[in-house]
Amino acid sequence: MATEEVFVDRLGRAVLSFFENAGALTVFASRAMVEAVRPPYEFREILRHLHQFGLRSTPLIVTSGFAIGVVLSMHTRASLERFGAEAMIPAGLAIALIRETGPLTAGLLVSGRVGAGIGAELGAMRVTEQIDALEATAVNAFKYLVVTRVLASMIAMPLLTTMMNFSGMVGGYVSEAVLSDMSWQLYFERSFTYIGFSDLIPATLKTVVFGFLIAIVGGYLGFKTSGGTEGVGNASTRSVVLSSILIILSNVILVRIIFFFYPQAPA
Amino acid sequence: MTGTSTIAHLAHRADSSPPNADRRGADLAVRLEHVSKTFGTRKVLDDLTFAVPRSRAFCLLGRSGTGKSVTLRHIIGLVQPDEGHVFVEGHDIAAIKSRELSEVRKTIGFLFQGAALFDSMTVGDNVAFPLRRHTRLPEQEILRLVKGKLTDVGLEREFDTMPADLSGGMRKRAGLARAMALDPSILLVDEPSAGLDPITTREIDQLLIERKRGGTTLVVVTHNIPSARLLGDDFALLHEGRIVARGTAQELDANSDPLVQAFMRSEGSG
Repeated sequence: MATEEVFVDRLGRAVLSFFENAGALTVFASRAMVEAVRPPYEFREILRHLHQFGLRSTPLIVTSGFAIGVVLSMHTRASLERFGAEAMIPAGLAIALIRETGPLTAGLLVSGRVGAGIGAELGAMRVTEQIDALEATAVNAFKYLVVTRVLASMIAMPLLTTMMNFSGMVGGYVSEAVLSDMSWQLYFERSFTYIGFSDLIPATLKTVVFGFLIAIVGGYLGFKTSGGTEGVGNASTRSVVLSSILIILSNVILVRIIFFFYPQAPA
Repeated sequence: MTGTSTIAHLAHRADSSPPNADRRGADLAVRLEHVSKTFGTRKVLDDLTFAVPRSRAFCLLGRSGTGKSVTLRHIIGLVQPDEGHVFVEGHDIAAIKSRELSEVRKTIGFLFQGAALFDSMTVGDNVAFPLRRHTRLPEQEILRLVKGKLTDVGLEREFDTMPADLSGGMRKRAGLARAMALDPSILLVDEPSAGLDPITTREIDQLLIERKRGGTTLVVVTHNIPSARLLGDDFALLHEGRIVARGTAQELDANSDPLVQAFMRSEGSG
């Protein structure tokens, strides 16, 4: 076969595989949405995952948020000093964190920690027949394993984002406190001067979508895992890659939507 | 009310027949009619037909990769046939709704080849899982029943052990305890003696025999002929997705087919 034919053949297969997977992922996500509103609601499992995804992600989120706050503060200072606008540093940092940096960074960090975990855990359950064992025990494995994780992830994301925003602001304050003698009270007063609910609520709530994407991608790739331990590793890695891409892409759309509804506060 | 009958009562067994329940062969627990299944280009089951009467032990024999485990998966509805029908207690597994399938599954226990214990739970929680999901028994009663099941399989001390800390044989026994948790009327057993020492194999065989005496229908997939002789009432030898011989142990012993002879004379321990 000529090289061109091989190339076209491979390209064709890749395109088909892309659409096949995109379709299957959409069906998977739609099923999760439908099953989420149907009883039984598996509250115990949701709480268990909420603890795993939320509480156990807290050290990562708080530490990262703090570090990002310090770095952003240093950059903001370097920029605003040129214009003699150091007093605007807290507000500038708060706007940057709350509107974009906090939600997006939290989404990407959680996709790394939680998305990989979901992909690996469900993948391992698939190859060791645990998912089949659940079905054989007359349990809806999809609902028990996927829907509970999706709901927990959707609940955890805004909470983690709020934590990241706050720890980022604390990091910004610590950085400022070292360079200037700004008081804690003054720093936070200035931080919130230009921040309104229209900045905070839409930007924080968009992370519900991030949480959905992270758990759906991890669940989908975990559920369709095959090929033993190698397959589990692939599911885990691909979960992080795909959910990160989807978070970044969906963020563009979500920001446009926020623009549409809150034109006075472009996110 | 005894523990067993309590479970039977509370587990909402599939006694109420759905509209599509098949009343033919009402004394049959499991019936496969002309079942065929292909994975990719490979035909795994080819026009498979057999029936298992209630309270009997049916042993499916055959070399690896001949479709034995796939047959069990068809019976519990994890795999749907491309052609043919699978009836469990008169219910066409491929045709019933998911809620009805769920009810049928409550009457079936399945011991997977690799035990398939839930990694995130202790052995005790694994066995308690079906009871917590499908009965409204108080926790104290569930714990009592779980301890009883674990004692039956010789794992009474492993209640709080995680599956990862068990040996292969212990995992298998824990899997059996979980499969028996709801006192199912049908028990599907995939390679019960694979990887087990002869003493444990004998203990598990004895346990399965007791279940059969108690009225449970057994469908056992095994390579272990001595074990199969002990357990089985009826046998079928599967080869390349087709049944090449069936009957009692004596009938298969008398079969002149070289493959059947090779199998029935083997002393394989699984």
